[in-house]
Amino acid sequence: MSSRDIYHEMIIDYSRNPVNFGKMDNPDATHHDANPLCGDSVDIDLKIDDSKISDIKFHGKGCAICMACSSVLTEITKGKSLDEARDISKHDLLGELGLEHLQAVRIKCALLPLKTLKFALYTYLAKHNHDSVESLKEEAAGLY
Amino acid sequence: MQVSLLNIRKDFPILARTVRDGKPLVYLDNAATTQKPNYVVDAISNYYKGYNANIHRAVYALAEEATEKYESVRDRIARFLNIQDRRQVIFVRGTTEGINLVAYAWGRPNIAKGDTIVTTEYEHHSNIVPWQLLCKEKGATLKYIPIDDQGRLILDKLDDYIAEGNVKMVTFSLMSNVLGTITDAPAIMSKCKEAGIHTLVDAAQAVPHMRVDVSSLGCDFFTFSGHKMMGPTGVGVLYASHNMLEKMSPFHGGGDMIREVHKQESTWNDLPYKFEAGTPNIADVIGLGAAVDYLEGIGMDNVRMHEMELTSYALNRMRKIPGITIYGPTDIKERGGVISFNFADVHPHDVAHIMDEEGVAIRSGHHCAQVLMEELDVAATSRASFYIYNTTDEIDVLIDALQKVARVFKLE
Repeated sequence: MSSRDIYHEMIIDYSRNPVNFGKMDNPDATHHDANPLCGDSVDIDLKIDDSKISDIKFHGKGCAICMACSSVLTEITKGKSLDEARDISKHDLLGELGLEHLQAVRIKCALLPLKTLKFALYTYLAKHNHDSVESLKEEAAGLY
Repeated sequence: MQVSLLNIRKDFPILARTVRDGKPLVYLDNAATTQKPNYVVDAISNYYKGYNANIHRAVYALAEEATEKYESVRDRIARFLNIQDRRQVIFVRGTTEGINLVAYAWGRPNIAKGDTIVTTEYEHHSNIVPWQLLCKEKGATLKYIPIDDQGRLILDKLDDYIAEGNVKMVTFSLMSNVLGTITDAPAIMSKCKEAGIHTLVDAAQAVPHMRVDVSSLGCDFFTFSGHKMMGPTGVGVLYASHNMLEKMSPFHGGGDMIREVHKQESTWNDLPYKFEAGTPNIADVIGLGAAVDYLEGIGMDNVRMHEMELTSYALNRMRKIPGITIYGPTDIKERGGVISFNFADVHPHDVAHIMDEEGVAIRSGHHCAQVLMEELDVAATSRASFYIYNTTDEIDVLIDALQKVARVFKLE
């Protein structure tokens, strides 16, 4: 993908003005993750009511792609049930920003927030004794 | 050999290639690794094609030739860096292994609970983590010499640490891989000598770019890598003073490092072989020797002068771009050919990505210096770093690419 296709209006806007950015007081689930080679880092906090994600916030430091994907992911996730949220795929996220053909070296920037969300969900579900959470952990670990 | 600076780019076929839809390659990541001239590549392939054999043991012609070529590199390195005794030149995989060897073979028997090791805030992870491991194991403390707002070490702090007592080792890089700062090594050395403290110099960024004299430096340990000075990857050098070499236990056990092996115990080979266990990296040591010849053909003062010209040209042009923050010393005499910068609020990965589309290879990230990133209070920086084959025309391409970043991110 050329930079004209990657750095379009939406990406620049979202990276400049992220949505759902910040820390949450007393989240029901939270996870921090980072890409060790590039230093991008993301924290995701979740508020969960009646098996639904009633609120989500993120904070962290990263490139425009990482920050835009984090913002969009929080928008997709907010209001979803836990089952719906765990089914969000990388294609759902990349498709939302037209990044399906992002090159391999940058894909980890785009998918770090999704990996972080999946681990947050895994931690929450495992704590509340849900079944088949191990597959969620494996999926998160093998996302990229 | 004589190397003509006018035609130097012809010696590096890779510099003629294009990347990303036909853009000429502008390679500005020389602090990470440098390109290799034909002379080095040929030296390596000539070994494999012409006299490949294991060294030090066999009596046949090929082995004798390979041993002679391998050992002659030790002499050339000693001469290149003004090291008195060839037995003080130990071949290792690179700077990282050199430092780990010292932290293990010297550190383990000589560091105890309550001791202090001092490093600096602008070290590469390779000059932090081995000492953290040692300190953890021994109950010792690791302290950092801080930097000022121009990225120079605040050496008064070293005086404080020395006054607090128990400092056994001061370990520092001769040139920062991020800021380009050239360390005031003579000042550190005189403080340490006076207090009887041992010293290690990480010269990975210095040896490729300036004249270095190990004897007049007077440090206990000195280490650098081949691949940052036009040599191959996987080979480097550790120098140690005689005094230290005698105090050090072996690092790796195995063939070549022993004198006699019995069922329960062994005795060690002479220096430097005591520290070179197993079949060494023969081809790449020979390649490193060729890199030294090539650099001597250019002359290290010419390398330094060329990089000072490029750096000052680049700094002058970059400073005129609104929104650029440049880290490190402003005085060109205090810095090498490394420029770390940030561009407004644009993340360095995005900067590097857009540069890459213009054929410009720069580095973005924490440069294996997260302690320094914390001090600068940034997550990452972009970094352009130069070598003898770079040109001012290439810096113009860098500047144009920066202007493209400004357009894409709608800066100003």
